Amino acid sequence: MRNVDINRLNEIYLDVLKELGNIGAGNAITALSTMIGKKVDMKVPTVKILELVEVPDIFGSPDTVIVGIYFGLDGDVKGNILFTLDLDSASSLIWNLMGIEAKEEFDELEKSALEEIGNIMAGSYVASLSTLTSLNMKISPPALSIDMAGAILSVPAIQYGEISDKILFIETQFVEGERLIRGDFFLIPDINSFDLILKALGVEVNGEQNS
Amino acid sequence: MESKILRVGMADAKVTKSPGILTTIGLGSCVGIVLYDPIAKVAGLVHIMLPYSNKISDNSNKLKFADTGIEILIEEMLKEGANPKRLISKLAGGAQMFSSKINSDIMNIGERNVIATKEVLKKLGIPIVAEDTGGNYGRTIEFYSEDGRLLVKTIGHGVKYI
Repeated sequence: MRNVDINRLNEIYLDVLKELGNIGAGNAITALSTMIGKKVDMKVPTVKILELVEVPDIFGSPDTVIVGIYFGLDGDVKGNILFTLDLDSASSLIWNLMGIEAKEEFDELEKSALEEIGNIMAGSYVASLSTLTSLNMKISPPALSIDMAGAILSVPAIQYGEISDKILFIETQFVEGERLIRGDFFLIPDINSFDLILKALGVEVNGEQNS
Repeated sequence: MESKILRVGMADAKVTKSPGILTTIGLGSCVGIVLYDPIAKVAGLVHIMLPYSNKISDNSNKLKFADTGIEILIEEMLKEGANPKRLISKLAGGAQMFSSKINSDIMNIGERNVIATKEVLKKLGIPIVAEDTGGNYGRTIEFYSEDGRLLVKTIGHGVKYI
């Protein structure tokens, strides 16, 4: 099987991945908007490729505390999805959804609300990609961690570490007017799934020709 | 004299001499391995992500792995005057950040990193004098080459010296 080399992803790949991020996140944010009954604005997604060494710094300092909601991705496309929020944004989401002012140490009910928000958003994200590519994708139940950004990001970084010295992710930010909600989606397909996604979208993979 | 603090990133390693301080911030499933020669007061820290280099096809960064990472760290420490026979080690990290409802192989990578690290150190005859590994939370560590203390900081799971 021919693999896509992450070091040689060209502009077309990046555009395709950006568009996937755009569509997926657009649907996820529509779901969020419906859930909280408010308009949510999305920023243009960015595809980022970072050296592993730089990964813990995505949120500023690696000891910044963030909320991470993690999903395994299975089916034709394998990989994982990580949805992250800073603490203020997580509080804002809980406020919007439940009408309670959460303290920074979230209780079990608030944590489960965050998991559910993540679940609905990631579910819509994946459903739209699945429709677009006609590939079967399903997500695992959500798992939540509130901890240092570096520690949370080590999980996808390790998965990329098995195949490359770089990590690729699609970042999408969104903002809800009255209270700021900033979240990031990291769609991290296994490297072997890249090829499959690109082919499903009719993109020529112009890597090495030995199949 | 002001102690110099050297920061070690993911899949990265640094070596210092007393009174230098080595730190790595936000260790999750990765393992921070400190090697120390208490006589020469030469310390090294490597932040590994995966167990063994021979199980992975693309292993251009050898500091990613427990086996090759430790090997390279020792070489660098010898250049700074450490004696391999005097080396001791301290470990931190190897957490499982997300609960095991999900795919087990990926999720227990922290534990596999710790096991591999211990196997490699045992083979090299380097004793482990302290460790703070496992659990489901991140750690920030600081190693003081002056006296060999390792500070472990967490969010909600305390701060301690090991």
